[in-house]
Amino acid sequence: MKVHEYQGKEILRKFNVPTPRGKVAFSVDEAVSAAQELGGNVWVVKAQIHAGGRGKGGGVKVARNIEEVRTLASQILGMTLITHQTGPEGKVVKRLLIEEGVNIARELYVGITLDRSSSRNVLMASTEGGVEIEKVAEQTPEKILKEFVDRAVGFQGFQARKLAFGLGLTGDAHKNCVKFLSALYKAYVSMDCSLAEINPLVITVEGKVLALDAKINFDDNALFRHPELAELRDLDEEDPLEVEASKSNLNYIKLDGNVGCMVNGAGLAMASMDIIKLAGGEPANFLDVGGGASATTVEAGFKIILSDPHVKAILINIFGGIVRCDRVATGVVQAAEKVHVDVPVVVRLAGTNAELAQEILKKSGMNFLVAGSLKEAAEKVTQAIAA
Amino acid sequence: MSILVNHKTRLVVQGITGGEGTFHTSQMIEYGTNVVAGVTPGKGGTVYKGNEKDPFQKGVPVFNTVAEAVASAKANTSVIFVPAAFAADAILEAAQAGIRVIVCITEGIPASDMARAFEFVKKNDVVLIGPNCPGIITPGECKIGIMPGFIHKKGRIGVVSRSGTLTYEAVWQLTERGLGQSTCIGIGGDPIIGTQFIDAIQLFNEDNDTNGIVMIGEIGGTAEEEAANYIRKNVKKPVVGFIAGRTAPPGRRMGHAGAIIAGGKGTAVEKMAAMRKAGIHVVDSPALIGEMMERVLRRRNGTPSRNAVKKRTSPRKKVGGRNPVKKKAKRK
Repeated sequence: MKVHEYQGKEILRKFNVPTPRGKVAFSVDEAVSAAQELGGNVWVVKAQIHAGGRGKGGGVKVARNIEEVRTLASQILGMTLITHQTGPEGKVVKRLLIEEGVNIARELYVGITLDRSSSRNVLMASTEGGVEIEKVAEQTPEKILKEFVDRAVGFQGFQARKLAFGLGLTGDAHKNCVKFLSALYKAYVSMDCSLAEINPLVITVEGKVLALDAKINFDDNALFRHPELAELRDLDEEDPLEVEASKSNLNYIKLDGNVGCMVNGAGLAMASMDIIKLAGGEPANFLDVGGGASATTVEAGFKIILSDPHVKAILINIFGGIVRCDRVATGVVQAAEKVHVDVPVVVRLAGTNAELAQEILKKSGMNFLVAGSLKEAAEKVTQAIAA
Repeated sequence: MSILVNHKTRLVVQGITGGEGTFHTSQMIEYGTNVVAGVTPGKGGTVYKGNEKDPFQKGVPVFNTVAEAVASAKANTSVIFVPAAFAADAILEAAQAGIRVIVCITEGIPASDMARAFEFVKKNDVVLIGPNCPGIITPGECKIGIMPGFIHKKGRIGVVSRSGTLTYEAVWQLTERGLGQSTCIGIGGDPIIGTQFIDAIQLFNEDNDTNGIVMIGEIGGTAEEEAANYIRKNVKKPVVGFIAGRTAPPGRRMGHAGAIIAGGKGTAVEKMAAMRKAGIHVVDSPALIGEMMERVLRRRNGTPSRNAVKKRTSPRKKVGGRNPVKKKAKRK
């Protein structure tokens, strides 16, 4: 689960991770009063969307007086921000973070995540802050310092010192950085984060170490331990079709193609998307109906797939192991009778009672393109697109 | 022969009286798996015969702890069907009790819990399969997990995969072509899993009765690349590979927690390239997995694959001696 920058920073402050002072604003007036409350003479007006690259997209601006805060807030609120992470359609800005300005001396990078190769948490630090860290990792991997954490022992002081020295920090900045890293790690573990990325981490002219930005993601599997996080979910940031699908226990992700698909199991769903591509189509979605694949789930799946106007054909691929294919076939027929399906549907059912299932589909009087094997399914998809 | 599990396996089911536990235990017993015990805290001392919907062919003694199941019923392998919030604890309990192979089916375990369990099982040389996986099966001998038994056939191909239904698909393609399997392992779709590709491939490579390996990966992580590197250096047996998710967009989690292209890393194209470089026979379409394995075996032997399989059988005396799990079991 992702949260906004301001929400991430509120959580970090609870763990004594220093951040600039700031306030969230949902309107221009709120933005102005937030700036007045914060005081000072420089403020930063920051668009709050889940995607990164906001600064480059024009969503982060500096104001030098209250009037400027008003002007910038009215410009940014409601704008459609396009960044490399939003896709070409962009995201409408509905929330702002108004923050005090800070005297930046250096911009660094710090991130914590799970390293899958070693199955351990890793702290990464780099002097190349403020830029896309993926590029640093690719072009100059030696500039990323890493410390792996032994789960039983925890993140140790010497590891924090090693990173701080590696970043070239001395004096107060060094001490503050060591404290910062330990506090950040504590927040990461206590809150079951899957990512805590501070880019940039800034060293101020006064030697303070602050999280100027914060990208905090939480492990979905651990949300049950943190019920308070549920209210931080922002449905505006999610695709409405995906939200709708999750209500029917379907795992749906919208894509840009023309062939919809409905599959049981995530791996087979991805493989079916690949098949569509090889058959000359483009997958319109990822849809895992899970183990069940009953008439109700198939019906919900049809509705969601067909609400995308670009869909020109549908591939249903179910490997019936524990689920019996004849039941799935009955479900498909019932659902197709209820929902008006006006595009060709390729159905491939394999496994338990597959032959019986093919009979049911053929006898239904509906125009299904029935396939026995995955290869045949691919050929029928090609046919369906060409038709 | 086979790897990790066989007819000698003595299985304890953790969470046997739950809905999933009951259903799949009935299926495993039906397949012929030697289920010797169940564990449900608070129900120790009873004999469980399933429920109305899923009756067992035989009663299974239930214990309060895994340690009791090991002591009284001599269980040496466990399968876990307990809810996600308690699953890591179940893994640790099994490992502590001296179980040597733990198969965790449960989906949705917090990564931090798994990190803890992972370190413990590694330190204690316990084999963990999963979590969030279909399990492991040695056809004709022992089925541990939720896979449909009938699609499998006894034979000499090892299958290792991160997916569930996609594994069934691959197995079915092999079976339909008369290519049976020595053992099939679903290693699971989570970021932290006990047995990785390398571990499974190493075991298949050392198993005298496995002639070829099918490896099915997904986008996300670098486990397939690491396995490819291992194969290039160590494996002479033919390996057929497929990676699901060529059409998956970056930054989106495709169902499995581990199936995500992050920071431009873990794409299918990269993985397929690394695998091809290692000499793995990579198929672009998942429909061609079985066909490719048949072709590769035929090419290697210059004769139809099934005859060739018999010819290539290695001397029997080494069988078992190189199976690490067995060795450990003897040591205990």
